[in-house]
Amino acid sequence: MDLTSLTIHGLSEKLKNRETTSVEATKAFLKRIEEVEPKVRAFITVTAGEALKSAGEADKRIAKGEGITPLTGVPIAVKDIFCTKDIRTTCASKILEGFIPPYDSTVVRKLKEAGAVILGKNNMDEFAMGSSTENSAFSPTYNPWALDRVPGGSSGGSAASVAASECVASIGTDTGGSIRQPASCCGVVGLKPTYGRVSRFGMIAFASSLDQAGPFTKDTTDAAIMLNAMAGHDPSDSTSIKAEVPDYRTFLTGEVKGLKVGIPKEYFIEGMDKEVEASVREALEVLKKAGAALVPVTLPHTEYAVGVYYLVATAEASSNLARYDGVKYGLRVDETGSLLDMYKKTRDEGFGGEVKRRIMLGTYSLSAGYYDAYYKKASEVRTLIKNDFDEAFKSCDIIATPTAPTAAFKLGERVEDPLTMYLSDIFTISCNLAGIPGISLPCGFTKEGLPVGLQLLGRTLDEGTVLKTAYAYESATEWHTRRPKI
Amino acid sequence: MKYEAVIGLEVHAQLLTDSKLFCGCSTRFGSEPNTQVCQICLGMPGVLPVLNKKAVEFAVKMSLAVNCRINPRSIFARKNYFYPDLPKGYQVSQYTEPLSEHGHLEIDIDGGRKRIGITRIHMEEDAGKLLHGEGIEDSNFSFVDLNRTGVPLIEIVSEPDMRTSDEAVAYLKALRDILVYLRICDGNMEEGSFRCDANVSVRLMGAEKLGTKAELKNMNSFKYVKEAIDYEIQRQIDLVENGEKVVQETRLFDASKGITASMRSKEEAHDYRYFPEPDLLPLNVGAKLVDQARETLPELPEAKRARFITDYAIPPYDAGVLTATRELADYYEEVVKATGEPKVSSNWVMGELLRLLKEDGKDVGDCALKPSAIADLIGMIKKGAISGKMAKEVFEEMYKTGKPPAGIVKARGITQISDESELAGVIDRVLEANPESVDRYRSGKVQLFGFFVGETMKATKGQANPQAVNKILKEKLAG
Repeated sequence: MDLTSLTIHGLSEKLKNRETTSVEATKAFLKRIEEVEPKVRAFITVTAGEALKSAGEADKRIAKGEGITPLTGVPIAVKDIFCTKDIRTTCASKILEGFIPPYDSTVVRKLKEAGAVILGKNNMDEFAMGSSTENSAFSPTYNPWALDRVPGGSSGGSAASVAASECVASIGTDTGGSIRQPASCCGVVGLKPTYGRVSRFGMIAFASSLDQAGPFTKDTTDAAIMLNAMAGHDPSDSTSIKAEVPDYRTFLTGEVKGLKVGIPKEYFIEGMDKEVEASVREALEVLKKAGAALVPVTLPHTEYAVGVYYLVATAEASSNLARYDGVKYGLRVDETGSLLDMYKKTRDEGFGGEVKRRIMLGTYSLSAGYYDAYYKKASEVRTLIKNDFDEAFKSCDIIATPTAPTAAFKLGERVEDPLTMYLSDIFTISCNLAGIPGISLPCGFTKEGLPVGLQLLGRTLDEGTVLKTAYAYESATEWHTRRPKI
Repeated sequence: MKYEAVIGLEVHAQLLTDSKLFCGCSTRFGSEPNTQVCQICLGMPGVLPVLNKKAVEFAVKMSLAVNCRINPRSIFARKNYFYPDLPKGYQVSQYTEPLSEHGHLEIDIDGGRKRIGITRIHMEEDAGKLLHGEGIEDSNFSFVDLNRTGVPLIEIVSEPDMRTSDEAVAYLKALRDILVYLRICDGNMEEGSFRCDANVSVRLMGAEKLGTKAELKNMNSFKYVKEAIDYEIQRQIDLVENGEKVVQETRLFDASKGITASMRSKEEAHDYRYFPEPDLLPLNVGAKLVDQARETLPELPEAKRARFITDYAIPPYDAGVLTATRELADYYEEVVKATGEPKVSSNWVMGELLRLLKEDGKDVGDCALKPSAIADLIGMIKKGAISGKMAKEVFEEMYKTGKPPAGIVKARGITQISDESELAGVIDRVLEANPESVDRYRSGKVQLFGFFVGETMKATKGQANPQAVNKILKEKLAG
């Protein structure tokens, strides 16, 4: 029995039935990591010692039958954007060199409390800025389905590690599609909850008003299990929502009869990849066959989403990244010159090109004389985009679109062309601007064997309907069971 | 005077909350550097702020005390700039939508009253401190102490309503008195818990248009505020007189030289790139919080002073001194309550008590002497149980030991004999022992009266009440 091929609910069942132990499973994953990491590079840090220790503790709890959750003893991976107590946290940046957080992010704490075993920290685009994981200061991550292709980004390491069976599940963050787009590229399930559903405390900020943590899993049931553990109000995060957390597994009925699925015309555009379009349209037919009604909807401000996003996100980033100044922690370059020299050299050497580009963009859009035309205007248009969704959800329960306009592209293909790279997120960005939940799940493969993702977007705090629809689709198809050969 | 100055003040007041504005760290002053810090105020990656409710309550109180209109919704904003004492690279403040606006307070100036407008009050966090201390002058390093980082501040911005340095100082003192009365700020300028920047410009008397202003910083006493403003007014007038232009800039006051010097020009000024703080929700101050704050608002210095003048019929000067702090005013009122003698009480509290406290550098709160003891002493004087002269000595001992007056008087054996029948007996004996002198007095030698007083005092070891002795002697000798 290959333990690494299991889902959370599959492994949890075996642990409960004493068919295996968490230590055994953890060892299997550590071995798998050892085997495939040279090719995939989904991890920045592997914490084998800590993982085995917490697996041992989980086994003791299971033996006693005390405090067991569906995650007890389950090995997972964590994007290196989440602070982990006493474990180095890099955000894939040189500027955090040597930084070891004295605290856990709330999400990591909750997952640990649920009994999950943390195998290590996933590679990513530096500070979550990118759509290909090529912007990591350490190494790119390679797509397990085709090693010459990107896994998407920014949570590319988290997506690839699940696809490559290096962990049962992982967590990432999604600011403009950074969970859903890599999930689509890697053929796994990626869920971005409603903004504020999951605490941001201890999650290194890129764009505070957009960032949201979520899980990567092999199927929808696992996504519901992960969200059950991650969601909830956190007194340490003023923007987290005070709302009851339902048991998301109760939505997994397979029943979508009468559900109205909105199809926004703005997401089926000329010039989009034919194979992607065909797979997504086929997926819509599957939902229709299951009893859902397909209704046309319109999201008229979609064309402004990318522009608005790159003003709002970069503005917030330019401020959020000001703390990396060489004074308190992380990298410090040149202690002999003036203060200004130290700042300049530290930030010049510490940040990669894409991060610098976005800091400059954001600094510009907030500058005196430009604020009204850029940041302020973008904030206003953001409201219009949110209103579009409110309006659309009057005539449908869920919106279905492709997750990304193409399947995974080749490494290096878009590095020199930031605008094309930014368009990788064209279908995922609006969801963050509106703060609503979204999921990407596998809905087919291109002729070359690359996964294609279906995106489902729901109403604020209605992760239940998102998961319900995804589960119904998944139950009728087998795409999610496919695994790459590495 | 050909010119007039236009002065507006920006005051930063540290709030006396136990914990910082966005985390649970202590705000205590004077601890070892970097001992009152956590991941949040250190600006470590991924941390988030949570607003201190007490700080909001304090800021609302001050807003009400200076007649500001409280905005039901205000927005925190990030003020972005790089400096080692600012761990996040931005200060969380309020910008376009502050906590409160459109207030005012009145100051006493040149025997009259003047209203100074208050533009706005907003909340923000303090920055840390750079130390360029001993042994490191020659090094390339400075040290950073982040204990102060994140301590809650309110910034109180005045309208440009002041015309002289005296008005500016009167405004500052009035503002500080209110803050201290509200017990939301200790008002200590030297320690920096009450700080002031001044915007100063000059224009021809009668001109409408404002002149170009300079912003003055680094004035950590009322005296320096006055000196800096006076210097700056004269400097600007001299420039204008010489046909030169005043440039908009920030100037630092140098206390040792008594001058202001340019720190940075308008061109070098920071672009703070303010934008709404996405980590905090808009601050909604509801009617309930405002009502609660209003109900707990104490009587403010100005109102108290007016009440003392009318209710106690004491001179305005006394009322001013006695209302300088809430503690002193409360102390005085307790004495009055027990004695029913406002002016006499004022004489003791303002005269003797404040003199002794000043000698010791203490406040009324540190004083062992209870108001009831002063009231007892005043009662004893009134009854004639002790002379006024003796009372002053007794008072000093009361002040030093905290003991009530009766015990001290008894122990010292200085009880005054005012009992007329007791004194009459003594006087009878004195007169019997000096029949000759009595005869001489009665035959016109009235100068001998002093002799009888002296003899009576001798017989009572100086404890006889002189007024009573005079009265009885006169009656007996007339007999």
